[in-house]
Amino acid sequence: MISQSKSIPMDQPVIKCVSVCKIFGENANKLLKQSNGVIDAKTFQDAGCVVGVNNASFEVHKGEMLVVMGLSGSGKSTLLRCISRLADTTAGDIFIDGQDLLAMSPKQLIELRRNKMGMVFQNFALLPHKTVLENIAFPLQVKGYSTENSIKRAVEMVELVGLNGRENYFPRELSGGQQQRVGIARSLAVEPDIWFLDEPFSALDPLIRKEMQDEFLRLQGVLNKTILFVTHDFNEALRLADRIAIMKDGVIEQLDTPANIVLKPATEYVRKFTKEVPREKVLKIESVMDPVDKITDFSFLKVSKNAIIETVAEAILTEQKKVAVVDDDGAVIGSIHSSKIIQILFGHSDSFEQSK
Amino acid sequence: MNYLEKYPKLIQFIFLLVIFFTICFLVSPSETNILWRLPSLFAGVPLIINNFAEYLMYDWMLIEIYDPELEEYEDSALVKEITRGFSRSVLFCIEFIRDILLGGVKTIVAFTSWDFVKENQWAVWPALPWTLVASGVMLLGYALKGKGLALFAGFATVYIAVFGQWEPAMETLSFVLIAAPTSCLLGLLFGVLAYKNKTVEATLMPLLNIAQTMPHFSYLVPVMVFFGVGDHAGAIATIIFATPPMIRLTLLGLKRVAPEVVEAGMMNGCNNTQLMFKVLIPTARRDILIGINQVIMQCLAMAVIASFIGAKGLGFNLLLALNQLRIGQALELGICIVLIAVVLDKLSLAWANKQTDYFADLSFIQKHKYGFYFLALLLFTILCAYLGSIIFADGINYLYLIPHNRGITTELFWQSGVDWMVDNWYHGLQGFNTALIVKVLMPMKAAFLGMPVSATFVLMMGLGYIIGGTKSALTVGGFLLFIALTEWWDRALITAYMTTFGVIVSVIIGVTVGSLCAQTSFTSKAILLVCDTFQTFPSFIYLIPVIMLFGVTDTSVLIAVIVYSTIPATRYTVEGLRNVPQSLQDAGSMSGVNRMQRWLKIEMPLAFPHIMLGINQTVIFALFMVIIGAMIGTDDLGQYILKALSDKNGIGNGLMLGLCVAFIGLAVDHLIHTWADQRKLILGLK
Repeated sequence: MISQSKSIPMDQPVIKCVSVCKIFGENANKLLKQSNGVIDAKTFQDAGCVVGVNNASFEVHKGEMLVVMGLSGSGKSTLLRCISRLADTTAGDIFIDGQDLLAMSPKQLIELRRNKMGMVFQNFALLPHKTVLENIAFPLQVKGYSTENSIKRAVEMVELVGLNGRENYFPRELSGGQQQRVGIARSLAVEPDIWFLDEPFSALDPLIRKEMQDEFLRLQGVLNKTILFVTHDFNEALRLADRIAIMKDGVIEQLDTPANIVLKPATEYVRKFTKEVPREKVLKIESVMDPVDKITDFSFLKVSKNAIIETVAEAILTEQKKVAVVDDDGAVIGSIHSSKIIQILFGHSDSFEQSK
Repeated sequence: MNYLEKYPKLIQFIFLLVIFFTICFLVSPSETNILWRLPSLFAGVPLIINNFAEYLMYDWMLIEIYDPELEEYEDSALVKEITRGFSRSVLFCIEFIRDILLGGVKTIVAFTSWDFVKENQWAVWPALPWTLVASGVMLLGYALKGKGLALFAGFATVYIAVFGQWEPAMETLSFVLIAAPTSCLLGLLFGVLAYKNKTVEATLMPLLNIAQTMPHFSYLVPVMVFFGVGDHAGAIATIIFATPPMIRLTLLGLKRVAPEVVEAGMMNGCNNTQLMFKVLIPTARRDILIGINQVIMQCLAMAVIASFIGAKGLGFNLLLALNQLRIGQALELGICIVLIAVVLDKLSLAWANKQTDYFADLSFIQKHKYGFYFLALLLFTILCAYLGSIIFADGINYLYLIPHNRGITTELFWQSGVDWMVDNWYHGLQGFNTALIVKVLMPMKAAFLGMPVSATFVLMMGLGYIIGGTKSALTVGGFLLFIALTEWWDRALITAYMTTFGVIVSVIIGVTVGSLCAQTSFTSKAILLVCDTFQTFPSFIYLIPVIMLFGVTDTSVLIAVIVYSTIPATRYTVEGLRNVPQSLQDAGSMSGVNRMQRWLKIEMPLAFPHIMLGINQTVIFALFMVIIGAMIGTDDLGQYILKALSDKNGIGNGLMLGLCVAFIGLAVDHLIHTWADQRKLILGLK
């Protein structure tokens, strides 16, 4: 498996979707033929069909986390189910590591799922008759591992998600957060390359949710998987994503980095989400810094380009001079002045955008 | 206020009643008047069915069969040979279990010959001592639930043994032990098939509906024709009767598995077999086990009825006792059946509700703890039986097997009790009996029989139209048309009259009792427990006390019907009233309702759809009981089904009559379900 992934050139996307459409309803295919591939939600609805995903095209590269964000009914879960082939795709193409997913035989599909894919579900979807260990060992046993080997691996996974001491509990004896830890451990047991998460933290209390997000970021820091993460929580998306795809009525409205989405919302719909977002909590210094100015003499303070504004705002505000922004190697790549920070913290959001 | 706009359905209904009575008034009773009675166009159908069955059994697909006794080849029909082979294997299984429980030679004979057994005296399978079966059941009860169940199971088995009913009880058990697992496996298989394939589901559903509204009796005739008479036929009839609820509950359980769990299974790389056996079935475990519980209950309900076609055991003895009017004995036997039913019900429910335990890290001995206990019991009881053979050297070994009717009996006590009641209460009861028959039942029967067929159609189809539109009207009309075209329309009307009377009284009692009991949580729990217990009694049992009190009359049947069908009415009323959301109750309290207002304005409207489903159950229960009442002597459809049993060419009649009963039930079921579904939708309960 490792040698295989090495042979794939770095620019080959792990997941590639080309005009993926999913239409629910009995005569979906007939209608699609009549309309020549152009989907108008209204006409389909009149014919008794529901458009789940409408013409979605994007790529996810190795180690990248794409968060699909949308309200309920926006088609985000449907899109995920198309890519995991839990739902049949009506039209379009999906490639996993360059292989045509939709052309795979059931046997190939099972092989793919056993080795390359892991998925976490909103309501945990644990098997009620199996203990924590047995649940985690389940995908391995299905694959044909011996009980001994699968349990050995499951014990490692229990440690990874921090459930030590609860190995022999049944799901019914665990809290929601603990159950989802089991779900995460199970999805990672086969060491998949691609990790699907379908609203994994939505069924949890806010405090637990925050804790699980931190846990998730920690895991991703260690494992570096290719991730497709579905959520209806915009703040969660901003917190976790490398890139965000915002969906509405089956259409991807905008697909961009969190900073760009907040700073340059592409449509009115996206703007509605970004309006309430406190910028200093989302944006990194990099996205608001000024270009390097040779004459400037900087203060002694240096901030990393990756720092979230909020975390360094106080320090910058105490400086009279401009503050240097450095990259990971310490090279100065930009500068920022306290006036800019004041503008971000207290200024009107629209005027801020215009001033950009 | 414009009533037409406010209550359109009420106006329609009043209009319908007016038409109904007008037709009743105008149409004159004469055999040739098509508005009075439809011609019995289906009169020939039973004969066709008979001939077809006969053709299948004797003439279709002849094959050559070697007959070892005559030592030559003979022509025989394929179907006949298949059913014969099937009968033999079922019989072998039953006798095998019987030999284990009661001892005997039949299994050994099956592998050798009668001559061998005669020559070799040692070749007898020893019976299990009754003490082992009793303590084994206790152990099972303890393992599944705890001390309470163990004590109860122990009490029941000891009672059966002490009262000398051990042998018939084990005979009954042996055929339940064959019928129930077979039904469960078949039900599971069809349930899984229906889950996987929509076409199978669509074909199975109407069949299941009919199967569950067909009276028990009508299964007996076809089974008798194809499989003959005896224990195996009883078991086969039971299997046919007990499988439908298992199919239903398996399908329900599988459908209730959360889609995410199925998806999780698929994403973990399960193939179809793994998905079914490792994910779906274990997750649906509880529903499937409830199905098994239902199967066991149906098997015991059939225990008595199957004895009509020769199944041995408690049921057969009960039937004999009833025919000889030995009420005391019948009562004892009835209690035995009820005890077995309740024990098996409690055991299987405890199994369903028991959650899986974790035991992988236990030692070998701890893991197989109960197995070792059982082994210890086996040794101990054998020792006891051996000691018993020394103590009771001359007579019966009471520690090994208590032979039939050699235990304690209270028959004389009951019999004298019955005699005393007849002596002292006769006039009072008979007075009530006569008054009821003359003042209520006769006029009601006359009114039902005096309805022209056209008026009945208008009324029922009109109701269908008001409730569910044209589709419902046509469905109900179709069911009625079938009955009207057979030659038993009048019989069906009598069945309908008895059922209606029973249902009206049951509903009044049930809703009243239910409403009163639902007031506090303690009484609700108590009444639900009572309902649970009564529901486990096989329906036949209800006939015993009423015969005791009222003798062989219509009143007896009706009282049995009322007692039996009040159970669902009460249960659903309590459940419906108790399930009204707490928030609505609170809202009511804060608006200052008193008890009466709460019941009338908040609880009743919300609980009504659920209560209607209870009434639906009441109708089906009443219908079943009316048919079983044929045993006592009625002149409705049930009586004709009973006659078909003793008729050599009864299969056609039996099937058609069974369908008639099923269609009455289905018509009512359709109307009530359509209405309740609509109502629930409006109330936002669905």
